[in-house]
Amino acid sequence: MTQPLSGAEPAIVAVDVTRTYDLDGVSVSALRGVSLTVTAGDYVAIVGTSGSGKSTLMHLLGALDRPTSGTLRIGGRDVAALGPAEMALLRNETIGFVFQSFHLLARTTARDNVALPLVYRGVGRRERRARAAEMLERVGLGHRLDHRPNQMSGGEQQRVAIARALVTSPSVLLADEPTGNLDSTTGEQVLGLLESLNADGVAVVLVTHDRDVAARAHRQIVMRDGLIVTPVEEPAG
Amino acid sequence: MRVAEAWRVAIDALRANRLRSILTMLGVVIGVGAVVALVAIGTGTKRQIEQQVEGLGSNLLIVVPGRLDPGAAPSASTLTMDDVEAVTRVVGDRSRVAVTISSGETVRAGTRSAYASMQGVLETTPDVFVRHLDRGTYLTRTDVTTGRRVAVLGAGTARDLFGDRDPIGRQITIGGVRFRVIGTFEQLGQSLGVDRDSEVHVPVTAAQRLLGTQRIDGLAIRAPDRERIDALGSAVVAALVKRHPDTDFSAVTQEQILGVLGDILGVLTGVLAAIAGISLLVGGVGVSNIMLVSVRERTKEIGLRKAVGARPRDIGVQFLLEAVLLTTIGGVLGMALGISTALLVDRLTPVPAAVTWWSLALAFGVSAAVGIIFGVIPAQRAGRLDPVVALRTE
Ligand SMILES: Nc1ncnc2c1ncn2[C@@H]1O[C@H](COP(=O)(O)OP(=O)(O)OP(=O)(O)O)[C@@H](O)[C@H]1O
Ligand SMILES: [Mg+2]
Repeated sequence: MTQPLSGAEPAIVAVDVTRTYDLDGVSVSALRGVSLTVTAGDYVAIVGTSGSGKSTLMHLLGALDRPTSGTLRIGGRDVAALGPAEMALLRNETIGFVFQSFHLLARTTARDNVALPLVYRGVGRRERRARAAEMLERVGLGHRLDHRPNQMSGGEQQRVAIARALVTSPSVLLADEPTGNLDSTTGEQVLGLLESLNADGVAVVLVTHDRDVAARAHRQIVMRDGLIVTPVEEPAG
Repeated sequence: MRVAEAWRVAIDALRANRLRSILTMLGVVIGVGAVVALVAIGTGTKRQIEQQVEGLGSNLLIVVPGRLDPGAAPSASTLTMDDVEAVTRVVGDRSRVAVTISSGETVRAGTRSAYASMQGVLETTPDVFVRHLDRGTYLTRTDVTTGRRVAVLGAGTARDLFGDRDPIGRQITIGGVRFRVIGTFEQLGQSLGVDRDSEVHVPVTAAQRLLGTQRIDGLAIRAPDRERIDALGSAVVAALVKRHPDTDFSAVTQEQILGVLGDILGVLTGVLAAIAGISLLVGGVGVSNIMLVSVRERTKEIGLRKAVGARPRDIGVQFLLEAVLLTTIGGVLGMALGISTALLVDRLTPVPAAVTWWSLALAFGVSAAVGIIFGVIPAQRAGRLDPVVALRTE
């Protein structure tokens, strides 16, 4: 159920958002005023040093978290006005999230892992399994339907995680270091997969430490100390 | 999330930790089993005693010296056969009056001996109380007036002394005095662990001579109908008090006996159920504890489920179902345990047990409620987890 995105309303709009963590009375500012727009079909790479706030920003963009201040609109809805249940619905309908460390359910087969988001959408078991199998086929894992995560390689697990993010046909795919744990060949496969999805019209936002990966995106965003410091300095040479 | 799906997730979670689930259930199984079995024993005992009191026959008045209240010391009887004559005149019908003087005696036949309750009685006993003979005849009026040494044996005593042989016409001795067996009673069974078949009925006159006394212990009257029973009781007590101005007498009906016994046994059953209920509560706390552990262990899973669209309610329902499933499966197993314990007790021991529907319904309802009550806090905790924080935990 892709949200029909009119040209007027971008997929995600963040205006001057901040995120401050409260650690035993000491506040840590992970984001200090970030503005960003992700339009339909966008392909954005976020780079920056460790601790600069990339993951924090991704959590906000994915409706997993709320900004401390500023405005965040996802799929045309202001998250400040949404309760936890509505946030869950928004995540389910609009966003596909690929985590750096996969986060697959260990005792569950690839097929049922992929089908999980459909459970919370009320899709029946039979259809869920069919759609999950289709999506695994698409990421090249048609032969691994009934394997559990511990029976698969890292690259295969990452592709299962991508299939899970895609099974709901989201309008935005958020990937936090999707190639970080993979060797270059496998990383290339995963990246190719994301790019083919982007070609189909899904907006892709990915976090990476790899300049070559970042260079393939339409846009690059560089973060430092909780702020966006674009324009990007092109690598010399 | 669909309900069927929530069930499947809950069942899977219980299966994944099979041993832990079973041990957690065990608390509930034992609690429910104890409630069902103990209530069954309480109910069975109450029912048996009621049957026995009713089995004495209807419209019965038992007259004993002293006040019938629990605090009063049992007073020594001063009643004699002359008092019985006076009561008989009030009642107007000798066949409605029975008396007893009883004493525990060793009864011998040849080389065999048995301990039995010797009852000195009138020939009217089988009419006043409902008693049926197995063989032979009962005492006659002449036996009583002449103090003839004849005896009617309870089924147990007859078996102890004579085995399979026919006791009719044989000699027995009671306290060294010879009696001739003229009849045996049908079997009665046991009551509260007491064998009711170990008895010997002899003429009251013969018993008094044997015991060297003029007294009788008490008397019983069968009223002609229910309406007159209270009036008759007062008249009899009045007649006795006139003859013994220093003594109180009580006339009690079966209803009164049943009422008192019923109250006592009702309280007993309640206490048993309450004790068993406490173990059920302890089982519930165990469920709560394990669910909290389960939430903590699966924090990451909860975070992931939320990240892909599970609402707080979906997660809460999942954990609540898990708790309810634990306690209801435990409840069903506990009912099976309770029923089979009750059946075994009923069959293998003298203690009667009757499983009641209300105790089953109650035990099951309580175990389901325990699941809900003790599952709510862990479920809420799981539902409220922040997805990002939950995903971060290791
Ligand atoms: N839950 C939290 N509580 C407190 N501080 C946090 C929390 N999450 C992140 N931070 C802090 O916020 C800052 C940004 O963290 P974030 O994870 O966004 O960095 P990042 O850019 O993703 O780094 P990396 O490249 O290492 O993944 C860090 O200083 C971090 O310590
Ligand atoms: Mg990060």
